Amino acid sequence: MSLRSPLGRVLGTGSAKEGVAHWWAQRVSAVALIPLTLWFFFSLLALPDLEFDTLRTWLGLPISGLLAVLLVAVLFYHSYLGTMVIVEDYVHAAGVKLLGLLALRFLYVLAGGAAVFAILRVTFGP
Amino acid sequence: MPPRARPLSPHVLIYRWQIGSTLSILHRITGAALALGLLVLSYWLISLAGGAAPYAAAMRVLASPPGLIALMAWTFAFLYHLLNGIRHLFWDAGVGFERTQRHLSGWVVVLGALGLTAFVWGLLWHGTHP
Repeated sequence: MSLRSPLGRVLGTGSAKEGVAHWWAQRVSAVALIPLTLWFFFSLLALPDLEFDTLRTWLGLPISGLLAVLLVAVLFYHSYLGTMVIVEDYVHAAGVKLLGLLALRFLYVLAGGAAVFAILRVTFGP
Repeated sequence: MPPRARPLSPHVLIYRWQIGSTLSILHRITGAALALGLLVLSYWLISLAGGAAPYAAAMRVLASPPGLIALMAWTFAFLYHLLNGIRHLFWDAGVGFERTQRHLSGWVVVLGALGLTAFVWGLLWHGTHP
């Protein structure tokens, strides 16, 4: 038997008012990814081969480097938003959920950061 | 007093197969698969920055039979997630909710993704790479 009033029990447990921002960010990044992923997909298909020199020459072009950095940034962001919801949906234990979301975030920043750094090394490297 | 029996929603196992729910689940599954693919994309870009030898090693892994099967699966996952994502964006704009429209767009997405995957890999098979 709780001494808290019915109103006191429900106050503060409702919507955190942050769902719309997540939903909207997912949509905006999805729209941006339509041209970016298609550019990457068809650029790779249009290359004469996938040899090292061919890829370095292509990715070394300023326009390729710029679009590839934008692609990786938006792609990892969009994917992070999606996998975050999967963890939130299926992991119910509060502690495991928190650790899972933290690990997921660190992994995304690490892998995405490494990918962007690799593109920049191709662009500006020796 | 035991709690009064509350009405239960139908159990997942007795649901009739429906294209809508199936494609919705497939959207999430392909999204999760593509998330794993991002790790491979990172590895591939890092190998490209690392030099000719690391890049050749990465391409050997990707061109191995399991690598090719995974790349084909990722191609389908990408094309499906892309097409179904566009379908979702139309819904977000309030377009295409009628029953016949939903079913038609669903089949267009599935057959389109399968057809484009076959087309792309047919090109690769007869072309110069990988």
